[in-house]
Amino acid sequence: MDVIVQLQAQFVEYTTSLYREGFLDDQFTQLQKLQDESNPDFVVEVVRLFFEDSEKLLNNLATALQQQCVDYKQVDAHVHQFKGSSSSIGAQRVKNVCVAFRNYCEEKNLEGCLRCLQQAKHEYYLMKSKLETLFRLEQEILAAGGSVPMMT
Amino acid sequence: MGLKMQSHHSVAVRLNEQLGTKRKYTFINRVWFPKILVVWIMFMAFVSRVLYDSMDADNKERRKEVLVSMCDQRARMLQDQFSVSVNHVHALAILVSTFHYYKNPSAIDQETFAEYTARTAFERPLLSGVAYAQRVVNSEREEFERQHGWTIRTMERVPSPIRDEYAPVIFSQETVSYIESLDMMSGEEDRENILRARATGKAVLTSPFRLLGSHHLGVVLTFPVYKFKLSPNPSVEEYIEATAGYLGGAFDVESLVENLLGQLAGNQAIVVNVYDITNRSDPLIMYGHQYQDGDMSLEHVSTLDFGDPFRKHQMICRYLQKAPTSWTVLTTAFLVFVIGLLVGYMIYGAAIHIVKVEDDFHEMQELKVRAEAADIAKSQFLATVSHEIRTPMNGVLGMLALLLDTDLSSTQRDYAQTAQACGKALITLINEVLDRAKIEAGKLELEAVPFDLRSILDDVLSLFSEKSRHKGIELAVFVSDKVPDIVMGDPGRFRQVITNLVGNSVKFTERGHIFVQAYLTEHAKAVMNAKAETCLNGGSEGVIPSGNCQFNTLSGCEAADDRNSWDTFKYLIADEQFQIDASNNVMTTDDTSQNVNLMVCVEDTGIGIPLHAQEQVFTPFMQADSSTSRNYGGTGIGLSISKCLVELLGGHINFISRPQIGSTFSFTSVFRRCEKNAYTDLKKPLSDDLPTGFKGQKAIVVDEKPVRAAATKYHLRRLGILVDIVGSIRMAVATCGRNGSLRSKNEMQPDMILVEKDSWISCSGLNLRQLDWKQNGHTFKLPKMILLATNISSAEFEKAKAEGFADTVIMKPLRASMVAACLQQVLGMGKKTGGRDMHNGSSYLRSLLSGKKILVVDDNRVNRRVAAGALKKFGADVECAESGKAALALLQLPHNFDACFMDIQMPEMDGFEATRRIRMMESKANEQINGGSIIEGIAKRTQWHLPILAMTADVIHATYEECLKCGMDGYVSKPFEEENLYQAVAKFFESKPSLDP
Repeated sequence: MDVIVQLQAQFVEYTTSLYREGFLDDQFTQLQKLQDESNPDFVVEVVRLFFEDSEKLLNNLATALQQQCVDYKQVDAHVHQFKGSSSSIGAQRVKNVCVAFRNYCEEKNLEGCLRCLQQAKHEYYLMKSKLETLFRLEQEILAAGGSVPMMT
Repeated sequence: MGLKMQSHHSVAVRLNEQLGTKRKYTFINRVWFPKILVVWIMFMAFVSRVLYDSMDADNKERRKEVLVSMCDQRARMLQDQFSVSVNHVHALAILVSTFHYYKNPSAIDQETFAEYTARTAFERPLLSGVAYAQRVVNSEREEFERQHGWTIRTMERVPSPIRDEYAPVIFSQETVSYIESLDMMSGEEDRENILRARATGKAVLTSPFRLLGSHHLGVVLTFPVYKFKLSPNPSVEEYIEATAGYLGGAFDVESLVENLLGQLAGNQAIVVNVYDITNRSDPLIMYGHQYQDGDMSLEHVSTLDFGDPFRKHQMICRYLQKAPTSWTVLTTAFLVFVIGLLVGYMIYGAAIHIVKVEDDFHEMQELKVRAEAADIAKSQFLATVSHEIRTPMNGVLGMLALLLDTDLSSTQRDYAQTAQACGKALITLINEVLDRAKIEAGKLELEAVPFDLRSILDDVLSLFSEKSRHKGIELAVFVSDKVPDIVMGDPGRFRQVITNLVGNSVKFTERGHIFVQAYLTEHAKAVMNAKAETCLNGGSEGVIPSGNCQFNTLSGCEAADDRNSWDTFKYLIADEQFQIDASNNVMTTDDTSQNVNLMVCVEDTGIGIPLHAQEQVFTPFMQADSSTSRNYGGTGIGLSISKCLVELLGGHINFISRPQIGSTFSFTSVFRRCEKNAYTDLKKPLSDDLPTGFKGQKAIVVDEKPVRAAATKYHLRRLGILVDIVGSIRMAVATCGRNGSLRSKNEMQPDMILVEKDSWISCSGLNLRQLDWKQNGHTFKLPKMILLATNISSAEFEKAKAEGFADTVIMKPLRASMVAACLQQVLGMGKKTGGRDMHNGSSYLRSLLSGKKILVVDDNRVNRRVAAGALKKFGADVECAESGKAALALLQLPHNFDACFMDIQMPEMDGFEATRRIRMMESKANEQINGGSIIEGIAKRTQWHLPILAMTADVIHATYEECLKCGMDGYVSKPFEEENLYQAVAKFFESKPSLDP
């Protein structure tokens, strides 16, 4: 029981820190609210989709920006996608980078774009590791027989 | 010539100017202007110089001509005179030869000759004297000397030495008698003359010399005299042989010419010189001064022919004085120069001015461009900022909504609700600022769609119903029957203006009423005029309020604009009534015009606007004073937006306000009439369908305030209920009673009696049920008694029930649909008693969406999944499509789906395009159905129209407008928010009564 309480406390603290540090925003909360008995793995499923998409998009972006002649429309479309999915799961920091990225895209500023890509990658992997940690904590709580505390 | 050149020049300049204005910066470089001016001045100087010269030359020419003519005249006269003299001398010669030689003895002696010549001297005015010298050869000398008694002397008056020949003077005129006996051949000149004369047989002249007597310059003319007549063509020898003597005369040229000139005009002006130019290299002067004075620059030479071919003479004339400077010419030239200078300067000035203006123009243009850029930047900034504010605000609002869903203590709930309200207000404000910016930028485009004006007014009222009830103020609307049901225009903007005005009124009104009225402008004006007339004619028939200040307005409080009080109002209504009675078609008179000029008044009894602030009311961010915003909140942008919008709608807004009494804002706007058949199809979605079940029913409204009663009547009339207004319950009862007993009048018993709460309270002692209806109770069904109230306490409610009122109280503000719902409830016409107010939150949403098949279209997997998840949570059956094309494939007719949520930004085919195609497909299908088989068409009246909602992260108005433009029904902001979703979805699923109850 202690373990569960401890894990739960850890979970709460971790989640709060994610919100506090701006990794997540209320959209993530909304996601969590959408998850119920009929749809128990909703958040994980969506996040998994997000990971898959994002990695593909980051690869596409890297390739697009290495071209001799950069197709900024293409890049912008990718970034738009990335922004959409990140805002959907509430990955705020990734989304913010995307906003800046799109601005550079509009300016056709290759240097800025490349910098943003680096930043986006960085933020994404950070996000990914944070979320994975969060899910692991959740799993541990569930495995220990506890219930995941609702963050509201 | 100068002028001509000038005009050419100016044309060139003008042309350049034109070119300059045409092209952008190519007007002659301004550096060139001074140079051109200098060149022009030089040119003008040159031109005037040329002009001067030509005129001067003319002058000189004329002068010369004068000189020539004068000179020639003189020469001719001189010559004539001279030749006359010569002829005389010739005649003398002949005389001598005739009388001295042919006669023998000679008929002439010295005495005769002297006398004759003296008497004929007038014939020879030029000759100082004539003399005859006889040819004497040396051999005859002695005899000759002896014969005459004197010796031949030389010119020096000494006896002549011996020579071959002598020519002593034998006869002489008295004037020259001193030369008698002188040998003419002793003088060199004379000798030559003599020799030449006898050789040629003609008169010859000597070169000029000083004459012996007068010392004047003179010439001697010599004629040969022959002893006998000569053969026709004699040779020189024959001439010499025949020579007998010589007749000579001295011409005193000097006095001759002097004399001559004296006779002529202009004598003083010219200097005349006469020369003997036999020897061209050394002209001998005959007349005039050797040292020439006078004007050396101009002279004229006339040749003189004195009859001696050997001698040549000429006359040289010149002006005595130099030609005077011609002031006329000088002035003319100078004036031309000055004129040219001025013209040049004027053109230069004009050019400089043009350049300056052009410069200014370019500067202005640049500034304009910059200002426009700044404006665009401002708009963009506003859009960005508002977007940036909205994003966190959405977070704040979302979290607050979530917070409110949790268990909260009442205090916490209150705080959270306040926070939410504030947040919403902030979003509204941002929208307003954005709106204003857009209006200013002229980017706001008006829609032209048919809409139901009355339902919009009802909607606006319903927005404020909560507040007005809370404050206990009467809120009512009245629309003139003349205003058509459906008009074309921009409902959104119209609603915005009304909302603004009513919102303001609600904000600033603590007691009394707010009354919204809509008329046709023409109608209202006509009534105003009519009323003004009756006022003039009938004097003061208006009731002057006494003591307790009861006014004939909606609530009895005084209003700022007394035109809207009952006095006018009844005319408006009466007029309408009359028209309806006269002919059932209300719009016959106005049908012709295409425009509907609407006048809307919003009257309140609030705090009014201080006089000093009334001018600034429509200035953005200007509130009456800063304390206003402290007390009532708001930014003061609302009215300025309203003004802009009203102007966009083709009208104008103004107001009358009296501090502490209230304000009446009225505005006009122009809409287009909508053709009837055009909107019958559309009517359904435009307005809440009012139930028709009340048509023909009869009601009595009991209200002591006629204006309020009229407003109530207006709503009931919309439901098709026939309304009678009475002032009190007693009267109502009386009417009923009379009706009951006089059924023959074919009047219907009222189905309901609506009693205003005030009227009820004023006679609350009566037990209606007992008192009123008993007397004729058994003959008819009791009419339903319904209470109308702004607010009612539960005690009052109980009391009302006890007195026989129905247990539904119609709460004001009245709205036709709400009244209908209440009446249905009361009259037991049970239908769905639906109303949004009944449901709330997710449970309602769940019920709304449950079982509905919804298509989610988004290219982003994550988004799709989230949207699907959210919709599933509310029980919807969700299907997904990942592109516009896939969605089109799924959305074939007949529709399997109840609604579609569509992402806007998608590759290949975006949401707008997909929607457009779906709508096109639907409209085709609809046409086919309606046109194809009528029977089936009747069966399936419903038309294909799949609700499509945009999903967008952009909540800027423009996006929304674009959504509507391409046929979408609304939009949901991403990420989904419960309330937002509910609002968007409710519109469709609520208004469509589901087939299975």
